[in-house]
Amino acid sequence: MANDHIDITVEPGEVHALLGENGAGKSTLMNQLYGLLQPDEGEILVDGVARTFKSPRDAIAAGIGMVHQHFMLVPVFSVAENIALGAEKTRGGPVGWLDRRRARREVLEVSERYGLPVDPDALIENLPVGAQQRVEIVKALTRDVDLLILDEPTAVLTPQETDDLLAVMRGLSDSGKSIVFITHKLKEVKAIADRITVIRRGRTVAVATPDTPEEELATLMVGRAVNLEVDKTPAEPGREVLKISGLIVDDDRGVRAVDGVDLVVRAGEVLGIAGVQGNGQTELVEAVMGLRLPLAGSILVDNESLLGMSTKRILRSGIGYIPEDRSLDGVIKEFSVAENLVLDTYDRPPYGNAFRLDPGAIARSARERVEQFDIRTQSPDSAVSTLSGGNQQKVVVAREMSRPLRLFIASQPTRGVDVGSIEFIHDRIVHERDVGTAVLVVSSELDEVVGLADRIAVMYRGRVLAVVSPDTPREELGLLMAGITGDAPAGQIEAVEVDVAEIDVAEVEVAEVDVAEVDVAEADAGETEEGTT
Amino acid sequence: MTSEATTEAPPPEKAEKPADDDSFLSHFLRNLWSANTVTVTVLSIVLAMVIGAVLIVVSDSNVLATFGYITARPSDALNGSWQLISTAYADLFKGAVFDPASVSAWMHGTGSWQTAFTPLSETLTYAAPLVFTGLSVALAFRGGLFNIGGQGQAVVGTITAAVAGFTFGLPVVLNLIAALIAGLLGGALWGFIPGILKARTGAHEVITTIMLNYVGILFLGWLILQKGVQAIGRSNAISKAVAPSAQLPSFGGVLRVNLGIVLAVLVTAAVAWLLNRSAFGFELRAVGANPTAARTAGISVAKTYALLMVVAGALAGLGGAIQVLGSTAYALTPQVDATIGFDGLLVALLGRNRPWGTLLAAVLFGALRAGGNLMQVDAQISLELVTVLQALIVIFIAAPALVKSIFQLRAARAARLGTSTAKGW
Repeated sequence: MANDHIDITVEPGEVHALLGENGAGKSTLMNQLYGLLQPDEGEILVDGVARTFKSPRDAIAAGIGMVHQHFMLVPVFSVAENIALGAEKTRGGPVGWLDRRRARREVLEVSERYGLPVDPDALIENLPVGAQQRVEIVKALTRDVDLLILDEPTAVLTPQETDDLLAVMRGLSDSGKSIVFITHKLKEVKAIADRITVIRRGRTVAVATPDTPEEELATLMVGRAVNLEVDKTPAEPGREVLKISGLIVDDDRGVRAVDGVDLVVRAGEVLGIAGVQGNGQTELVEAVMGLRLPLAGSILVDNESLLGMSTKRILRSGIGYIPEDRSLDGVIKEFSVAENLVLDTYDRPPYGNAFRLDPGAIARSARERVEQFDIRTQSPDSAVSTLSGGNQQKVVVAREMSRPLRLFIASQPTRGVDVGSIEFIHDRIVHERDVGTAVLVVSSELDEVVGLADRIAVMYRGRVLAVVSPDTPREELGLLMAGITGDAPAGQIEAVEVDVAEIDVAEVEVAEVDVAEVDVAEADAGETEEGTT
Repeated sequence: MTSEATTEAPPPEKAEKPADDDSFLSHFLRNLWSANTVTVTVLSIVLAMVIGAVLIVVSDSNVLATFGYITARPSDALNGSWQLISTAYADLFKGAVFDPASVSAWMHGTGSWQTAFTPLSETLTYAAPLVFTGLSVALAFRGGLFNIGGQGQAVVGTITAAVAGFTFGLPVVLNLIAALIAGLLGGALWGFIPGILKARTGAHEVITTIMLNYVGILFLGWLILQKGVQAIGRSNAISKAVAPSAQLPSFGGVLRVNLGIVLAVLVTAAVAWLLNRSAFGFELRAVGANPTAARTAGISVAKTYALLMVVAGALAGLGGAIQVLGSTAYALTPQVDATIGFDGLLVALLGRNRPWGTLLAAVLFGALRAGGNLMQVDAQISLELVTVLQALIVIFIAAPALVKSIFQLRAARAARLGTSTAKGW
């Protein structure tokens, strides 16, 4: 049962936040409202009249629109075509020519009226995620909806885009539209919501006001008091394990992504790399792992160069790696848990050799590690796709931490992971540090970096702007992430174009939002009992 | 939410279920009628036969004429149709499995045991090369490659096997082994080309393998007419015959079945082992399912692709070798391989890209082919009907939703019933 007698009321012109953990039943509830699912019991009243929605078409007719977490857009169509799709206006009577001009005009009208800038002629595939989301919102608005459901809209956005979205939501509610805002990020809720409904395990646990303290909201959401801190002792840094100097790497499009980075990670410390996503962190890590060829510079591990080594040799040399996109690079969903646990050790003893596998040894170690890393799965032979995101990530963590390591690299180790698993994964990372491994953590969640790191390197446009202590005030870190160095504002970025000032103004706001996001993750970092297996 | 459900009292519908529902038999029957792969496959074959029956009636002008007065005397049309269909399918069975008449003749001492086993022998003779080409496609598919080049690889394997067979003149056992290895290497070479192109340049294997099919087939046509290859004293396109010592041993006489089918079973076991128990099999399955994750875990995707195509080519090449070393002609002709490479695609699809499934599918195709021969001779029904049946079976397999809706199958609980689709195509 995903929803158990839930009551929710949304007033006109209200931003109503629906707050809950992954799997609490938020999306199920909203899918009923949008006609994608039918309730077994209970009723939906629109303006006091009971309605049943057999399909989204009925819901739209009743004035309810929804923007899904995963966008429903045709990538090769233009914005105007996507917005017209499903409600195409035609002319020429029975001939039915598409009225593209009218569609275009409608898009411009709506985007003007609500301050949602979209280019009607741009192709969806060329737009950044934030702009695609605006297209989805415009699409809903052209259907004349009174209630707009936004399902985890900020999960895919950069901090700046999040900021823009919150402004748009405020504008919409001012013009009389009601908004249901589904999220698990507390700071955003407090920033925008007029009322907050907290649901847990399919039940409404509270209806709160935005002045409720975050800790209280978190406790309501998770069902117990949450631990906001990562517990760790001061680091005892040893020898230099990873030494990167003068590294230059291009991304897939040939654009410079890493532009002369020097970094050192010592044994027994966690170096965190903070930065808004897309500032070269991905390419930096891929270069270290031999997945991307650097143009210049050196990467040394214990004074041995990694350049030119295959990924397999790099992994073999005692380097563990959690890739940033679990479902793309981390696990093979069709494979069993046991197979995923040996994805990079399958051809070494005890699991096998260059020719054959030893299924007995693989199964035995899988059972041990499922136990040891608390992976919630029906059996080690179940396909990884049947596991929750958090447990899939634990499979990756278990795989990479089950061999002796000199260096451990974790990219976005807790992205899309439920709260209980976040705490677990953080503990394992700290434990790895404590046994003397050099640890490099890359995360776009500033809070995660601050919580885990002993030193923080801030990356901006392919460079490390500064390496600072985690005690540095958040505001200062936020400014650094926006490319502004504290004492010498233009010092590091003087080479950048003249419009630097303008950019900076925009991005200062980004920094603030980052700080906001951070606290959310912190609040999240407490849950254990809800194993969404 | 899941834990919530378990803490609740047991759902009422469970209590209402009749008690005998848990008996083994009813459980078995219910599962039988759910849409698992075996059920769908069997029903696909049934459906194909039903449509085939309609085609048989439609293609016979005499029976069709009786339908002109069906309202006046329906018995003519119905009896005629029944007669025709039952004869045809009975012939299909007699030609593929066993003929009760010849079996009873053997029992009563009036016929030889060889005649009784002839149908099975024919079935297995036709099936053997298909097992290899089917495995070639299935294995490549598991690694995410769509090997359309089975035909070309088989043809090149046929060429190298035959040439080795009439050139080397080695002693008895060695000559056969040399010819088989030559076939294997020829196919491997023809698989290596698209493999290395894919690995190095990203050239799509579907395009390159199709093109190499033409190259291989036309090369065969040219080669046969060359001096030293063409049979001496012949003006038509036929090569010298393979030396007897390089031919696959068979029972002789009417029993054509040869060592090829034994090799096919052994190779199927080897491929099954390769897929599930070998390091290379793990790599190819990983690359087939998610190349990015495989690369991140240190598996060389390019190397896997290249090697996989070599192995797939070798399998098809071996199939080609079996075809020429085990057929009755033992010589190269332009049509020596018929369509064993293309049929391999269908066999792999029918066998769901699993080694043993592919073996069974190849045997079914061989049986249809063997039975079709008798059907053509005895019931005067064109052999093409067999091709139509094969095609229909594959169409129904490829569209499980269609079969499900026709027979109102319940959705299987655990069985994954999806269409097989190639990645990156």
